Amino acid sequence: MAVKRLVELATTIRSKNAGVNSITFDIIFSNPDNYRMVKQSGALNRETIAQLFGIPDSRIISFVEFDPANAIKFTIRRLKPSGSPGESDIFGSQQYAPLLDLEIELNNIE
Amino acid sequence: MLKEVKILSPTGHLGFTPLEKGSFLLGVSKEPDYIVADSGSADIGPFYLGADKPCSPEMWQKHDLELILKTSRELDIPMIIGSASDTGTNRGVDRFVRIIKEIAKENNLHFNLAYIYSQQDKNKIRQILNEVRIEGIDGFEDLTPQILDRTNTIVAVMGPEPIIHALDNGADVIIAGRSSDSSIFAAPLIWEGLSKATAFYAGKVLECASFCAEPFMGKESVIGYVKEGEVIVEPMHPKQRCTVASVASHSMYERVDPYYERVPGGILDMSECVYEQIDHRRTRVTGFKFIESELKIKLEGAGKVGERCICIVGFRDPYLIRHIDKVIEWSKKKVEERYSDKSYQIYYHLYGINGVMKDLEPIKNPSPHEICLIVECVAETAEEAKEIATLAARNTFYARLPDIKGTAGTAAMMSDEAILTKPAYEWMINHLVPVSDPLELFEIHFEEV
Repeated sequence: MAVKRLVELATTIRSKNAGVNSITFDIIFSNPDNYRMVKQSGALNRETIAQLFGIPDSRIISFVEFDPANAIKFTIRRLKPSGSPGESDIFGSQQYAPLLDLEIELNNIE
Repeated sequence: MLKEVKILSPTGHLGFTPLEKGSFLLGVSKEPDYIVADSGSADIGPFYLGADKPCSPEMWQKHDLELILKTSRELDIPMIIGSASDTGTNRGVDRFVRIIKEIAKENNLHFNLAYIYSQQDKNKIRQILNEVRIEGIDGFEDLTPQILDRTNTIVAVMGPEPIIHALDNGADVIIAGRSSDSSIFAAPLIWEGLSKATAFYAGKVLECASFCAEPFMGKESVIGYVKEGEVIVEPMHPKQRCTVASVASHSMYERVDPYYERVPGGILDMSECVYEQIDHRRTRVTGFKFIESELKIKLEGAGKVGERCICIVGFRDPYLIRHIDKVIEWSKKKVEERYSDKSYQIYYHLYGINGVMKDLEPIKNPSPHEICLIVECVAETAEEAKEIATLAARNTFYARLPDIKGTAGTAAMMSDEAILTKPAYEWMINHLVPVSDPLELFEIHFEEV
């Protein structure tokens, strides 16, 4: 059974504000096979995201598999709106790092 | 044959950094029918709107406006600028109008100018609030008079209608206050007779200029060829391509849902969009739909929370780093002892531990060899913010830990200095207000230049 890290399979892994109170994450694959494999692996879903970022499911306001772009996209609610006192990432652009090393098990895949 | 409208989009945020002239001029050579650019964003945080300040230098704004104005006059086509000067407040509109007039004078240009204010008077919103519910979006509670009290500046985000009204009245140059990014592109297309579905989709894909192309480049022009039911996008930078992947993935950029986009007066439905690569550099999109809904206008507002001060401290002793929680506990305690009667907020940003990700950081037991602490304090006055930040930082130097070897100081002061920053603001208003007339919150002025 092969295991690969997400960073080896995806072309783009990014995070960015979506409105002033949420951060959205885009994982885009240029290879449609990689996209399909990651989708089928079950490694990337609401549960694994909640676990990875240590947040309750209620903070994940959306999770979408976006076939036209071979992309997986999810959005996390901020605790306080962007730029409030105590802010550390106004644009939300450096929150994707934990996704890079996410392990994808490539079993049961033709 | 269906009518085709060509829109040139030179930049996703006019003035933020200057636009690239090379690809802009290539775009001009395609003889566009309109040049449209957005100049503002909520992405830059609540300070600029709340304090009503620009975040872009005037020289860069003038650079972009001058290129666009001269070109649009040469081609005799309208130009539309949305969310003037970063905030789209009256200050922003007035500044752009002044710059436009300066450029006109310097180059002896004559045209019909329209400018549209979208800033809202707090008392007017208070009156509206007496009559209707103003619903919070994206996790915000519904608007209350108390939230309004804490807000300094409010803008309403216009849809296409005020701009269409300006075009109806023969405007050549339109400077709009805060506007929805896609609406400034949708406006001329609707005015040309295209459907809202086509117009808003074109706006959606063109609003960030070269971000819908690959490889990643900012500030390069793209052109949209728009016919009813069909949008073709082409990048003007010779090394960029609009691919199915780049165009489709742009529809998810900075938004929660890649299939549905809320716009003033409805929802753009992209769930059945079809993307086709028509040649090496151009992609065609069809299949977008528009679902009409009750007209609600978005309000944005920011308010001042207090004065803000920071101090920078470092730690290198591994024992201190292992017990950094105790160091911070001590510092907090000393601040509380002295300032418990004051209203203040204090934050300890621990770079090397979780300075970037805070609560979202999955690595709970890092072992960095050094860490940086930024103490941030927000208080009612600058004096208080300075005192509290200084006391907090200095007490990391005097932290009492049982087995400390370094008894001459438990922190490295980068400089024993409290740095007064811009005041602290917060997003207070992120709400929708129902309206019966799409023009009612906006004030449109016309002038011959």
